[in-house]
Parts: sequence; C-alpha cells; structure tokens
Amino acid sequence: MTEASPPANLAERYYNYAYLDEQTKRMIRRAILKALAIPGYQAPFGSREMPVPYGWGTGGIQLTAAIIGPDDVYKCIDQGADDTTNAVSIRKFFAKVADVATTEDTSDATIIQTRHRIPEQSLKAGQVLVFQVPQPEPLRGLEARETETRAMHAYEEYGLQYVSLYENISAYGRIAATAGYPVMIEERYLMSPSPIPKFDNPKMDDNEAILLFGAGREKRIYALPPHTRVRSLDFEDYPFEVQSWEENCALCGAEDSYLDEVVLDDAGNKMFVCSDSHFCGERRKAGHSGPMAGHQLDQTVEGNTP
Amino acid sequence: MNAVANIQAEPLLRVQGLSKWYGHVLGCRDVSFEMRPGEVLGVVGESGSGKTTLLKCLSGRLVPSSGQVEFETRRHGLTDIYALSEPDRRRMQREDWGFVHQNPRDGLRMRVSGGANVAEPLMNMGQRHYGEMRRSTVEWLERVELDTSRIDDKPRNFSGGMQQRIQVARNLIHGPKLVFMDEPTGGLDVSVQARLLDLLRELVRDLGLAVIIVTHDMAVARLMADRLLVMRRGEVVETGLTDQVLDDPQHAYTQLLVSSVLQI
Amino acid sequence: MSSASRPLIIVEGLAKTFVLHNAGGAVIPVFERLHMEVRPGECVVLSGESGVGKSTLMRSIYGNYAPSSGSVRVLHDGDYTDITQASPHAILDVRRRTLGYVSQFLRVIPRVPTLRLVMEPLLDNGVDPDEAEGRARDLLSALRLPERLWALPPATFSGGEQQRVNIARSFIRQYPVMLLDEPTASLDAENRAIVVELIRGALTSGTAMIGIFHDADVRDAVATRLFPVLEFKVAA
Ligand SMILES: Nc1ncnc2c1ncn2[C@@H]1O[C@H](COP(=O)(O)OP(=O)(O)OP(=O)(O)O)[C@@H](O)[C@H]1O
Ligand SMILES: Nc1ncnc2c1ncn2[C@@H]1O[C@H](COP(=O)(O)OP(=O)(O)OP(=O)(O)O)[C@@H](O)[C@H]1O
Ligand SMILES: [Mg+2]
Ligand SMILES: [Mg+2]
Ligand SMILES: [Zn+2]
Repeated sequence: MTEASPPANLAERYYNYAYLDEQTKRMIRRAILKALAIPGYQAPFGSREMPVPYGWGTGGIQLTAAIIGPDDVYKCIDQGADDTTNAVSIRKFFAKVADVATTEDTSDATIIQTRHRIPEQSLKAGQVLVFQVPQPEPLRGLEARETETRAMHAYEEYGLQYVSLYENISAYGRIAATAGYPVMIEERYLMSPSPIPKFDNPKMDDNEAILLFGAGREKRIYALPPHTRVRSLDFEDYPFEVQSWEENCALCGAEDSYLDEVVLDDAGNKMFVCSDSHFCGERRKAGHSGPMAGHQLDQTVEGNTP
Repeated sequence: MNAVANIQAEPLLRVQGLSKWYGHVLGCRDVSFEMRPGEVLGVVGESGSGKTTLLKCLSGRLVPSSGQVEFETRRHGLTDIYALSEPDRRRMQREDWGFVHQNPRDGLRMRVSGGANVAEPLMNMGQRHYGEMRRSTVEWLERVELDTSRIDDKPRNFSGGMQQRIQVARNLIHGPKLVFMDEPTGGLDVSVQARLLDLLRELVRDLGLAVIIVTHDMAVARLMADRLLVMRRGEVVETGLTDQVLDDPQHAYTQLLVSSVLQI
Repeated sequence: MSSASRPLIIVEGLAKTFVLHNAGGAVIPVFERLHMEVRPGECVVLSGESGVGKSTLMRSIYGNYAPSSGSVRVLHDGDYTDITQASPHAILDVRRRTLGYVSQFLRVIPRVPTLRLVMEPLLDNGVDPDEAEGRARDLLSALRLPERLWALPPATFSGGEQQRVNIARSFIRQYPVMLLDEPTASLDAENRAIVVELIRGALTSGTAMIGIFHDADVRDAVATRLFPVLEFKVAA
C-alpha cells in the first residue's frame, strides 16, 4: 500500500496530506468538535469540492480526511460490503493520499467509513465510524423551510417527526420505515441516522466508538461521542422493532445479522446472506456454515478476504 | 347568537395602541380592544384596510411597530406575547391558539394525509398513542362532516370546502382557547360557504371558543360575530355589538359598507 | 317599594336621531326626552302611525339601535344595566337571560333545524338538552306548526310558519322582559288567539312586556296601557 520511494519533498506532501489543505481540515475538525460537544446537533461546515460527485460520500470523505493520520488503519464499506466499486475506490483514495494501511477487518480498523450500514461486530473504544449522509435533516421531508426546521431543533419541537410515523401506520398498519429511521439523541436532538437500516439503530445506543456523520452537499456534520443514548422514535402502542428474517444466513448460518436477499437465477431462486461481508467471512473461517455453504457465492466472498 | 361566557371573566386578550407600518405604508394604526373567553370578534372592512395585518400582529406572526398584544397564558397570566421568549411564544401558538387560513394550502401540509394533518397538533402537544389519536381524528372528521373513510387521503384529493373542513378540525382538535380566522370561507362557492359557516358557528358555540374572524362579507360577520371592529385605511372607525353596527351604523364609512350590501 | 314592583325597564331622556352620512348628511329625528317605565305583569303597547318611531324605540331598548342620548336601564341580576352604555358582551348577557325579543321577521340561520332553533335559548341558559327538546316540542305543537317541519331549517317556510318559529324561540323560556314587534302580523285568527294566550300567560307570571300590535283585537286583549310615541316626537 505504501509507495515504493519516499516523496521528494516531504514537507510539501504533508502540506496536502489527505487531499485537503490544513486550513480546511482545521475548519472541519472544529465542526467535528462542536458536533461531539452537542450530540445530535447539526454543525454547519464549509464543505469543499471533492474529487467525487455529491452523493458519492463527499461528506464522509471530508470527515475522514480531517481526522486520518499515517498510523490509522482504514476500512471502507458500502452497504456492508468491502468490495463494491465505491468502497474499493474510496479505500484506494485514502491509501494514496493519506498513506495509511487499509483493512477489511472491522476489529483492526481505527477509522471505518460507511454507507448504509453499521458493522455487525461491536465497535470498540478508539474506533471512529464515519457515515456518509445524503440528507442530514430528518424533518426535511415534512418541512421544507430551513428556518423552521432550525427553530424546531432549537426549541425541541419534534411533534412533526411523529407525523411521518403516523402516516406509516395509517398506510401499512405498522411503522414500515426501514431505513433512515429517526432517533432521539440524549432525549434532546432529533437525528437522522443516515440511510442505515433500522436494524442497525440499536447499535448506535451506548456505542463505545465515536460516530461521525458528514453531509457534503448539505454542509452539515453531526456526531455521537462514545456511550451516547440513542432512542428510536415510536408510539406507545406501536413500539420500535427491528427487521427480522425467517431465514439464517445461507452461507454462515448467522441468526442475528442483517441479511441481503440475493436472486440466484431466472427461476426466482434466491438466498439470504449477511450484508456485512467481512462478518460473514469471519464466521465461515471459524467453521460456521449455513444451508447453502459451498455455493459459488461462498467462494466469491471468501476470495475477497486477503 | 353565541353563548357569551361569564362577563366577569378576565380578558383573554388585551390589545393596546397596536400599530404596524410597512416602511411608509400603513398596515394598521392605534388599535385597542379586549376580548373575553367565548367571545367572537369580527373584523370587517374593505380590501387593504388592514384586517390581515391586524390579525397577523395579534397572532404573533408579525411584530407590530408599536403597541402591545397581551394574552392570558397558562404559565404567566396576562403577558405581552412579543415579550415572551420565542419558544414560549411558539408553545402558546401551538397549544392555546388555532389559525384558519383563507387558503387551505397555507394551513395544511399538502404532502401528508388529511388524518395526519388533523392529528398533528396532538403530536405537537406530546401525544404518543397512535390509537387514541386516530380515534380523536375520526371524531373530529365526523364533527366537521367529512367522510371518515377518506381519513388517509391527501388534501389535494379533497375539494376546497373539504380542505377547509380539514383545516378547521386541525385547528380545533387540541382544544385551543382562541382561534384566528382570515376569511375562512373566502375562496369557496356560495353554497359551500354557507354550509361551512354554519358548521363553524355551531362548533364555536359548542366549544365556547374565543374567535377573531376577518371577513369583508357582512353576512358572515352577522352570522359569526358577537362584536365587530370596522376598519378603514388601517384604523378602527367603529366598534360595537354586531347587530347594532350593522343595523344602526354610526360612521359614514360603516353606513356605506352596510348599504352596499343587499339583504343581510 | 318592594322589589316585586320595581320597574324592570326604566327609559329616561331617550332621544334618537338618524344621521345619514351618505345622503348628504340627512338628519332624521325620531323622538326625544322619552320616558317610560314598565313593571312586572305590565304590557305597554307602543302606538302611533307608521313611521312614528315605534320600532326604533323598541330596537333602542334592545340595544340594536344606538340612541343619541338618554338611558335604557334593564333590571338584570338584581341591578340595572344601562343598555346604552353597556359593553357588547354585557348586552348579550342581558339578552340571553333577561331580555327577549320577537321581531317582525325571523332572521334565519341557514341549515339549523327548527326544533334546534327553538331549543337554543334554553341550551344557552344551561338547560338539559332532553328537557329543552321536550319543551320545544310542546310549544311547537301548541303553536300548531306541523311536525313534519320541525326537522327542517325554516328558510323555506311560509311567513306565518316562520313567525310561529320566531314566537316559539322567544316564549320557550320565561324572559323577565319581552319586546314584541308585531308578533302576530302574519298569523291567521286562530294562531293569533294562541299567541294571545301565550302573552297573557307570561304576563300573569310577572313578565314585563313592551309590544307593537297593529291588530286592534290583539292589542285590546293584552295591553295594560298604551304608550303614544308621538308625544315624544321631535318638534319639526
Ligand atoms: N408585507 C407588506 N409589505 C408592504 N405593505 C403591505 C404588506 N402587507 C400589507 N401591506 C399593505 O398594508 C395595507 C393593509 O393590508 P392588509 O393585507 O392588512 O389588508 P386587508 O384588510 O387584509 O385586505 P384584503 O381584504 O384585501 O385581504 C395595504 O395597503 C397593503 O398594501
Ligand atoms: N336603521 C335606520 N336607519 C335610518 N333611518 C331609520 C332606520 N330605522 C328607522 N328609521 C327611520 O326612523 C323613522 C321611524 O321608523 P320606525 O321603523 O321606527 O317606525 P314605526 O313606527 O315602527 O313604523 P311602522 O309602523 O311602519 O313599522 C322612520 O322615518 C324611518 O325611516
Ligand atoms: Mg386580508
Ligand atoms: Mg315598525
Ligand atoms: Zn453470513
């Protein structure tokens, strides 16, 4: 991963370490500190142009760039997988501009950048999970005016968020929202967890790691310091529930992980496998197996593990 | 026609020397009056006379240039609403008041169902039991004579008169003490208008609500209001008991206003 | 003086002049220095030719017209309320509990069914709805208004039918003071007789009345004295 020869001019290179200039990184760090000091509060920051379009994780990339150092070990996942094009290219990007070691192993990583998932394996103190966020404002779908949503946060007026849950129950007989399910932070700020499945919501509560959320286009950073209380909204008669599956993971047999449905052929055959590819691989290495262990997909996933 | 609340009651609203200038343009000038619980006050006058300006100032939506609006708040008693902190003022607006706009689009969330629009004030007041809110919503849809089977339809699928009923339910469900209405029947067909007015009159009476209703329609004023403020060029030119103002108007402007209407 | 014989209405120095600002400031003086007292059980009938100011006087007493000067005091809750000075909500309170008024024409409230209209004064005074309905039914029957009409709003009724609804609304509860502006104008003889009985009944139980009756038979049947408004006509 490291370059073959040391850079010609070290000072100059470090000036642009991790792609962003030092001043920008300082500005982002200040926003991060503010966000950590007020868990769930959306701190504005001066989002920079990044070498990827908005929607490709510019917020997460800027956060990572602001906190990463040469001793970090970096992991990047997209929908739980380390091997998607997006995850691979962001990982390569940081290997190059920040000169860091990369890994797919959740427990080895010091910084994990993610889109749409939280790893199955519990995070530890010292780790930072960086979320890519398309829309930081949980109330935006219901209230278009920024001045109004800002006032709602300032004065803790969160009745409106319940309107969306109400609509869900009216339409589906239950709270059908599955991703980006709104949470209350320390009973003070309403927060969008980014489009992770609600399955992952309980993992945020009392987490030992630092959780950072970055929205590039919307220019907002928010954060959860370790051991923050995170509660998913619900009604007294419709309590919060996570998704569950009839099946276990077809490859590793896991009963408690978030499963993706994989369509196998035109005949409609399908299988359910862990969305967290690293987690699934580790379990199989440890000897666990599911009903379709040995399937060719098994190899594909295994093949990616270094 | 409205059952008048205890006349000894303390004022619910006290307005003193209220003026609003838009730069050099006069919105309203030196308006003073008091209202008691259960009173219905009509504000009439021609277009541009300052009715909406006054209503906005009274309802905490537009800071007056001078003067005071005091409201009997649950927590602080009779208080200058513009001296309250913003969150306190917003809470008072949310919990103690209702505001029925002329255009339902200004008063409804068009993206959420009629039922959720009606239930929202309950959620804003901290209700967290879906079943109970659903029940009150159905009850209120019945009270405003809407087909309860359409509870989950979006407002845009309702007619103007029906949207206005949703707005009325949304503004009454949380048990406000004072409701502001700006031409609540303004955009409607005459027949739809009559039905809605009648409904409003019944509800206001049954609930013993205090209402300030802006209208340029004398028939609406006669039907709804106990008392009238007649406005002209931003000033109140006449005030009094509704039937007295309409049947024996004293000011030249009021006489003109009344005589230009047939059969009220 | 015992309270039973205290006047329920005291009109003093009352004057009314209309000023029509939009008719070149035309001034129409109607009456001035008008005095009148009405005690329980009295029925004072206002007399005088058309245009003399009978209705104007009655409306001034009711607070519907604003007199130019003078006072109209109504015994309300044991005290006299001056209608010419009282606040709107005080006037409405006097009207709700003390001062009934039967106008010549029913001002219909669209869509409210007749039975409900007649019950309203009772409901406004806190009477139980079942009792109110019972009394409304009895009264409408006594006034011989066909039962099929009770559930309908009176907007489409004939003049006589509307007038009986109007009368029912005012006689449903016993107001201490009642103002009657030609309550029998559009009624046939039989219905007139029924109304005369209602009026007599109220007088017997101590109501003070001021009435305008063009029909001489009705007037003679109920009047305890006549009050010629012409005596207070403003000298031309
Ligand atoms: N935002 C504003 N900026 C400048 N002038 C305004 C503004 N709003 C109202 N005005 C002016 O203030 C005056 C009173 O307007 P307002 O809207 O209160 O009248 P209104 O009585 O409600 O009329 P309408 O019956 O037509 O609704 C008008 O001359 C109007 O042009
Ligand atoms: N609202 C009003 N505005 C202007 N003038 C009025 C008004 N009401 C009555 N008048 C005038 O006052 C005078 C007295 O009218 P009023 O209706 O009191 O007469 P009346 O004695 O009741 O007559 P009638 O027996 O015909 O009913 C008339 O000249 C009338 O035109
Ligand atoms: Mg207006
Ligand atoms: Mg007359
Ligand atoms: Zn698995």
